[in-house]
Amino acid sequence: MSEKFKARVWVLGDDIDTDIIIPTEYLALKTVEDMKPYAFSPLRPELAGQILPGDIIVAGKNFGCGSSREQAPEVIKALGIRCVVAGSFARIFFRNAINNGLLLIENADLHDAVKEGDEVEVEVGVKITAGGRDFPIPSLPDNLLEILNAGGLVKAMRRRNGLE
Amino acid sequence: MGATIIEKIIRRNTGLPEVKAGDIVTVQVDRVMIHDIFIPFVADKFEEMGFTRLWDPDKVVLIYDHLVPASQVDDTRHFRVGNAFAEKYGMTHVHRSDGICHQLMPEAGYVKPGNVVFGTDSHTTTYGCVGAFSSGIGYTEMAGILGTGTLWIRIPPTIRVNINGTLPENVTSKDVILRLIGDLGADGATYQALEFAGDTIESMSLASRMTMANMAIEGGAKCALFTPDEKTAEFCGISLTEAETSLVGDPDAEYVRVLNYRAEDFVPVMACPSQVDNIHPVAELAGTKIDQVFIGSCTNGRLEDLMCAARILKGKKVAPFVKLIVTPASRKIYREALANGTMKTLQEAGAIITHPGCGLCCGRTGGILTDGERVVATNNRNFLGRMGTSKVEIYLASPATAAVCAIAGEIVVP
Repeated sequence: MSEKFKARVWVLGDDIDTDIIIPTEYLALKTVEDMKPYAFSPLRPELAGQILPGDIIVAGKNFGCGSSREQAPEVIKALGIRCVVAGSFARIFFRNAINNGLLLIENADLHDAVKEGDEVEVEVGVKITAGGRDFPIPSLPDNLLEILNAGGLVKAMRRRNGLE
Repeated sequence: MGATIIEKIIRRNTGLPEVKAGDIVTVQVDRVMIHDIFIPFVADKFEEMGFTRLWDPDKVVLIYDHLVPASQVDDTRHFRVGNAFAEKYGMTHVHRSDGICHQLMPEAGYVKPGNVVFGTDSHTTTYGCVGAFSSGIGYTEMAGILGTGTLWIRIPPTIRVNINGTLPENVTSKDVILRLIGDLGADGATYQALEFAGDTIESMSLASRMTMANMAIEGGAKCALFTPDEKTAEFCGISLTEAETSLVGDPDAEYVRVLNYRAEDFVPVMACPSQVDNIHPVAELAGTKIDQVFIGSCTNGRLEDLMCAARILKGKKVAPFVKLIVTPASRKIYREALANGTMKTLQEAGAIITHPGCGLCCGRTGGILTDGERVVATNNRNFLGRMGTSKVEIYLASPATAAVCAIAGEIVVP
């Protein structure tokens, strides 16, 4: 039985790089909570304040390109974003996101089919339904789901080792 | 349907005969490499995760290279933490001053054809020179491997690069990989594997193939793969099994792109400041004054590179205002270059010879430059600020080009 949820959509374009997601000047802030207000600020300074827990981001190709900063997926997760759907993801961001417990879904067609504020239904590993249309999405293997459900790699390993 | 080299490696590793590019699988890791910069972070994460033992101490290699010899007092903490971690968890493969990690891993026999290897460094792609799947990862993931011996990966699609013919004189594998990165762009192979084939590749030494695999990451590639052959077997000190010789990209395998080159069309090139894909023929840059030349690194610090430079520098002198810094990639290479007279030739020409390590390539020690200075260097990155201040101009080139530039005091064609 796969996880299913409804969510409100925020739409972003192609090549959303890690400097847009969280600019270098805020990386020295003590916690990811402190960085939250500045997420996406070079592109849309008001966005971080508008995102509500449970929303999702739908973007174009090459989401998360640029540096290897693990704070990029961390700050998106801290904003309460349930998942990011994009045409494609940059490699290091993809790994960092899963390892930090942020669900990523690849789909090339959804971006052109939704507008900001739409509500979509996500059935993890099966499909996304938007405007009465189904968009199939790849299934995630159990081991990745285990990392995601635990809230990231460190927590997954702690759970595996009987510490949580 | 045929398979690419990476698909064959993953199928054998996982025992899943049908997996293909795009599939996400869990691999059994054959070997890992951690270097001095990241060992404190790996150690912290490993213990935070609650592990109390390494999955297999024999498969873990710790190499001190970025900080050797230490240039700042704080650097020594990394050695202290590394030594304590190695002792606590029973690690025996620790190299404290034997050379650069990417040279040592294949040279010391830690990597064999068909292996799956990860390291806490982006240039871990180097081990594709022997037909191993190797890639860089972060320290959190490395901590996870140390406890479990496994890692999830997405099998990359493959770009096939065929090169046939004979390279012109003074054109090396460095010129080939720089040109390819220029053609692909710095993100042209992101999340993909590069697979090299053709008679030019077959006639290359292992050292030349290492140079190309090393720089695959500069095109964004996840890994670079060469089919194991007799040279590979000799280098690794093994006899190739059928499984290893079958690591060939099948004619009917699915490739995202196929690039075909004629070896005769390559010319000496440089990556100009400050992007690795900003490639120009050396001829276009001739006459540009330089302040320093660096021959070394995990890209071009091997015996054939030093011997190439020595052939050009024999009986000549480095231009009086130029500093030529030579750094062998490993202690073994250093010893061999001493034994065959290469070091004597370089030293008599006026070279400054430093101990094997990452030193100047990562801008930590031994030849830092300042505003307005230009360096011709054989390493792999010319990013802003990499070898000194952000106003240093770094030109990446082959050892042959670097050596002629050192004599001339300006950029000249080898």
